[in-house]
Amino acid sequence: MPVENIAPPTKERIAYLEGLVAQARTAAAVFTQYTQEDVDRIVKPMVLAGLAQAQHLARLAVEETRLGVMEDKAIKNMVATEFVYNYVKDKRTVGPIREFPESGLVEVAEPIGVIFSLTPITNPTSTVLFKCIMAIKTRNAMVFSPHPNAWRCCAETMRIMYEAAVKHGAPEGVFTCVESPTLEDNAYLMKHKDVRLIDATGGRGASRAAYSSGKPALGVGSGNTPVYLEKTAELDMAVVDIITSKTFDNGTICASEQTVVIDDEIYDRALKKFADLGVHICNEAETELLGHTVIDPLKGQMQPMAVGQKAIDIARMIGLRVKPNTKLLIAPIKGVGREYPLSVEKLFPVLAVCRAHSVDEALKLCVDVNHLGGLGHTAVIFSRNDEIIGKFSEAMNAGRIIVNSPGAIGALGGVYNDLVPTFSFGCGTGGGNSTMDNVNVYHYLNIKRVARRTPAHMWFRIPDQIYFDMNAVEHLRDFASRSTLIVTNAALEQMGHLDIVRRNIPAQTLVRVLAIPDAEPEVKVVMQGVEALNSYAVDQIVALGGGSVIDAAKIMKLKYEFPEADLDELAAPFLDIRKRVVRFPTVKTNHARLIAIPTTSGTGSEVTPFAVLTDKVRGRKVTLADYSLSPDVAIVDPQFVMSMPKGLTADTGIDCLTHALEAGVSTHASVYTDANAMQAIRLVFKYLPIAYENPHDEEARSMVHNAACIAALAFSNASVGVNHALAHAFGARFGVAHGRANALMLPHVIAYNASVPTKFRPSPNQRAYVAPKKYAMIADLLGLGGHTVDEKVKNLIAAIEQLLDQLAVPRSIADLGISKEEFERAIPDLAKIAFDDPSWGSNPRMPLIGELVELFWSAYHGRSPAKAASAPVEPEVEVCV
Amino acid sequence: MTANELIAQALAKLDGASREVALDLSSVRRIDPSAIGALEKLAGAADEKAVKVALRGVHVDVYKVLKLVKLTPRFSFPA
Repeated sequence: MPVENIAPPTKERIAYLEGLVAQARTAAAVFTQYTQEDVDRIVKPMVLAGLAQAQHLARLAVEETRLGVMEDKAIKNMVATEFVYNYVKDKRTVGPIREFPESGLVEVAEPIGVIFSLTPITNPTSTVLFKCIMAIKTRNAMVFSPHPNAWRCCAETMRIMYEAAVKHGAPEGVFTCVESPTLEDNAYLMKHKDVRLIDATGGRGASRAAYSSGKPALGVGSGNTPVYLEKTAELDMAVVDIITSKTFDNGTICASEQTVVIDDEIYDRALKKFADLGVHICNEAETELLGHTVIDPLKGQMQPMAVGQKAIDIARMIGLRVKPNTKLLIAPIKGVGREYPLSVEKLFPVLAVCRAHSVDEALKLCVDVNHLGGLGHTAVIFSRNDEIIGKFSEAMNAGRIIVNSPGAIGALGGVYNDLVPTFSFGCGTGGGNSTMDNVNVYHYLNIKRVARRTPAHMWFRIPDQIYFDMNAVEHLRDFASRSTLIVTNAALEQMGHLDIVRRNIPAQTLVRVLAIPDAEPEVKVVMQGVEALNSYAVDQIVALGGGSVIDAAKIMKLKYEFPEADLDELAAPFLDIRKRVVRFPTVKTNHARLIAIPTTSGTGSEVTPFAVLTDKVRGRKVTLADYSLSPDVAIVDPQFVMSMPKGLTADTGIDCLTHALEAGVSTHASVYTDANAMQAIRLVFKYLPIAYENPHDEEARSMVHNAACIAALAFSNASVGVNHALAHAFGARFGVAHGRANALMLPHVIAYNASVPTKFRPSPNQRAYVAPKKYAMIADLLGLGGHTVDEKVKNLIAAIEQLLDQLAVPRSIADLGISKEEFERAIPDLAKIAFDDPSWGSNPRMPLIGELVELFWSAYHGRSPAKAASAPVEPEVEVCV
Repeated sequence: MTANELIAQALAKLDGASREVALDLSSVRRIDPSAIGALEKLAGAADEKAVKVALRGVHVDVYKVLKLVKLTPRFSFPA
């Protein structure tokens, strides 16, 4: 019955109950001061006291309850003390109990406080012994409410435990026991504000009442244990184990066997063996009689008069003639369910058996028993067939699946197996319980987890080999290949670049050329390339071109080496590359070396792990990112960029500068990426204006080409930021070249990142908001002057604006001829697309949609952020560069 | 000196106290149920005499016990 429906006790009774709880509360509070050593000093003498009184307490229990077998109860008392002690003695239950140095976690035990404990009539003294030891080991106080018909033996057990505990230092009042407990008392205590946990061991009613109180509860209850006696079982052992278990304490342990499903092949032999060992096998009439008398026909539950009685007494009760030494009654039944009364739980030595003609039928019968009041509790199988044991384990919903051993004693743990010793069986949600475990000390603790900050390990991954400077293409001769495919475009072929490459490939190599359009690669183009790779059995790909050509070659290689690779799936978004859900394949079908030779100085695709693919059929872009996409070799030879037109030089150069600046302030920046980012920035500022003004200046071209590659090494590992997210959205919508789109956003993004963020984003590797200081450091590197971080940031923005002017890059979106109205219409979509762009994932400042809108408008108007930048923060930290 | 003895001293001083009695518990590392009872008694007596009791130097473990038995509102805990 829910506790809400139970009337409160009288005022006098409430005062009495309040007194018990107050004592327990004080004891629990005082107990919090105890150390592990204090606790362990108390537990051992308690256990010894319990062991010394095991027989005495067993006798008291049988005398009072008239249930069970004194000798068996004595064994239970010994298990509840000795076995439980053996399990808990070395367990840490105070302070730090477990440490995981590699993950920076420490588990710290916190006692619960006052536990209200209901104990059953079937295992009264053993349960009290068990709970007393657990409570002291965990520094909790316990108020006991034993079953009324087992009160005296429980109170005596508690007294023995209490005296031993207090004698050895436990706080006074640590155990109290409700005298003559009633339902009203229990309901009152279950709802009491100072009771922190209810541990209700007993029938389903106690368990349900506990949970209905709204308090945290360990309500564990009844079972209905199915047993599968499979044809490969060691039959002699199985029969003895089942008899041992089902007759132990006259079957009062709720994990004991209830219905044995026996394979047809061994059914008759099994029954004969049972009969030979003193078991009475009932005939049909006897089974029917038994079913109608020991099971309540209305409730479909066992009759209390039979619980814990001997087999011969039960036989006598119903007028059954059995031999005087009969220890168990076996009742063959033809099915499971309400129409077969004996298929329910029977906490007395009556066992139902059922014949099965196949494994499938046997498993189904066991499932039926399991679901007839036994969900979550215990199931038993005797078999030597591991496959069938596996199937049985999957089919049963039971916290304890006992294999080739007695159910009752097996479930108690520690005797026949290594289950945790317990007198309280959690039955999981199937049994309406909060746990499926053998209840143990850890259920009597609040376990606190101390989690130290663990910065993620960083990385710096780059291609195996990078060759650079004029005529570096000659290194192609170092690479042996049977069959090489050069992926390029028609324009480069006309410019003579393809011939230069061909001349440097060893003569014995069979070379084919695939010219693809000079645009973002399409799926169709990539698949044509894969076809060529397969038909020529290629072992080397040379990608000669800008970012599009190199990206195409990366994806061709991926599909060639891993034909099953699903590009859509591989493009799944991720927050942290190390934790991504979809992993790139690793077992290759084909092998091909990818050598990338860039013909522009901007994207850095020759060293990056990224590739963009356009799926025109589905109207979408697919961005792939994985270090397996990085080319094996990069040849950064400036002879291929000497003829770049001025506009392309400016756009790609600014793309390179954006890569370096964004990598520099990224939340994934490291001392390794900083080294590259800063050098790239320095090279761009020094050489890009020269390369722009004097395209034939070899040194300037070479240094800008190197800068693009170096910046790419930085952003391959630190990623980019919100500038790229804005540029991707804007560039795609208005058909503006990537580098130019980046340039339009760049000064505004720096001002934005350098100001105090509206919202900080989680980034465990960042110990402070360092973006402003890093911009200031870049300004120092460039010798831009300034005394404060604020001044230096403004000087950096001004220097970038000056560079953009030098390169004749439009300074506002309006300058591109885009009307304000058109831009206004586009803004909502642009902001959404930019927000969905993964590029800003490592931006130092988390962009809000409204801020993205503001940034777009700033870029539209092009007002100088060098003059408008708000005051940046000045973090008090050192930054590594 | 035990916690109980300290509390007994404080009880004795309540009569002569004007407005506040301070009790230095900095040497107390652990209290038992009887000390808690004595503190309850002290708080009750102080209430009757309208005297405030300040517990000084209370160790955090002891403070936690007082918190669990809901005694903290009845005392002040100067830093």
